Amino acid sequence: MRNLFSLLWKYQFFILFLILETVSLILLFNSYSYQRSLSFNTANDVTGKIFSVYGNIENYFSLKRENNQLLEENARLKNRINILPVCPDSILTDTSRNYYYIPARVLTNSVNKRNNLILINKGRADSIKKEMGVISSTGLAGIVIGVSDHYSVVMSMLHRNSRISGRVKKNGQLVNVIWNGLDYSKGEVTDIPTHFRLFKGDTIITSGNSLIFPAGITIGTIENEEQSISQDLGHASLNFSTDFNSLEYVYVIENLEKKEQENLLKKVGDE
Amino acid sequence: MNNIYLKNIVRFILLVLLQVLVLNNMNLMGYMNPYVYILFILWLPADINKSLLLLLAFLTGLTIDFFGNTPGLNAAATVLMAFARPGVLNSLFKNPDFEPGEEPGIAKLGFGKFLRYAFILVLIHHTVLFFLEIFSFDEILTTLYRILISSVFSSFIIMIIVLLFGKRKH
Repeated sequence: MRNLFSLLWKYQFFILFLILETVSLILLFNSYSYQRSLSFNTANDVTGKIFSVYGNIENYFSLKRENNQLLEENARLKNRINILPVCPDSILTDTSRNYYYIPARVLTNSVNKRNNLILINKGRADSIKKEMGVISSTGLAGIVIGVSDHYSVVMSMLHRNSRISGRVKKNGQLVNVIWNGLDYSKGEVTDIPTHFRLFKGDTIITSGNSLIFPAGITIGTIENEEQSISQDLGHASLNFSTDFNSLEYVYVIENLEKKEQENLLKKVGDE
Repeated sequence: MNNIYLKNIVRFILLVLLQVLVLNNMNLMGYMNPYVYILFILWLPADINKSLLLLLAFLTGLTIDFFGNTPGLNAAATVLMAFARPGVLNSLFKNPDFEPGEEPGIAKLGFGKFLRYAFILVLIHHTVLFFLEIFSFDEILTTLYRILISSVFSSFIIMIIVLLFGKRKH
């Protein structure tokens, strides 16, 4: 027994190294699973506050650009209002009535990692919950995965676990959009059925099949279609309509009928 | 600032703030990811207790992870780097004869040797970090390229900080 302790003491450097490394890796791999990353709260008010104070200073330097972005978005929305009365029965606009948009400011954001997260300045107090959708003024941005009282962590579309159900706008076919970890402006459209072709410039929108995003939000446009590698499903490269590198303001989408929809699905599933 | 504890606490806070507020938000060419906070580990006294070195590395890595929401990622890389530090110091410098509590800084080692010391450890840290983060060998050339340019860039910033704030040769 004494020998065992002296042996442990002799190799304490190496043993401690193994212990610390194991703890780190367990923490890390837990965070790589989408379900597990949802179950422990990643946002916290202390770091959020520090980023927020720093962001207030930094914000003065980008006021002009933000102003222009808001102007452009305003113009776009005004144009849409003009169109709306013409086609009040459009399926895409009809569903968006059940959604409520909460504006938020981006505190930290990255594009150069394999798994990018966005910290925003709204949290539980602003009725933000996990698994709410997040969009920018130009397109899809991510999904809320962690909430504290005043801040939330958003899993950017530039993340290993991000897999968005999309639809080809021109024919309504379902596809999936993922990110391969290289260029922050380009995503990958997968699971394209072989019976039709995608062309350069085709728009991909959200399908509305998940309870997170309303249908019809732009994800991006096709850059070029690759040859299908496997026999059954093809994939193509896509330009994200959201510029993740200059994300300043986002909207968190609350699905007002999510609970009812979830309960119904669960009830049917149980039967 | 003669108090070694106070000096290291101040360094820790400043380097962590520099990392999480400035460098983590830098999006250079979409590929470059400088990690400069590890200078805190590089600068710890040469004769520090090796287990304490590991614990401090773990703590530093976790702090960065806490801010970046990457639990364990920086901790794993920094602990491995700290594990390699005594060996790297011994193999690079045949007769370092550090005074008790002396740092392996630029004043002791000189510019060229300190650069070598820093670059090797930065490379170890970045290799672990990028492979753990990307966690796939699919794009191995891109990953190696990212490791290399980020290591060069991190070392560059580390050398600037060392030249500006480090103790010079007397």
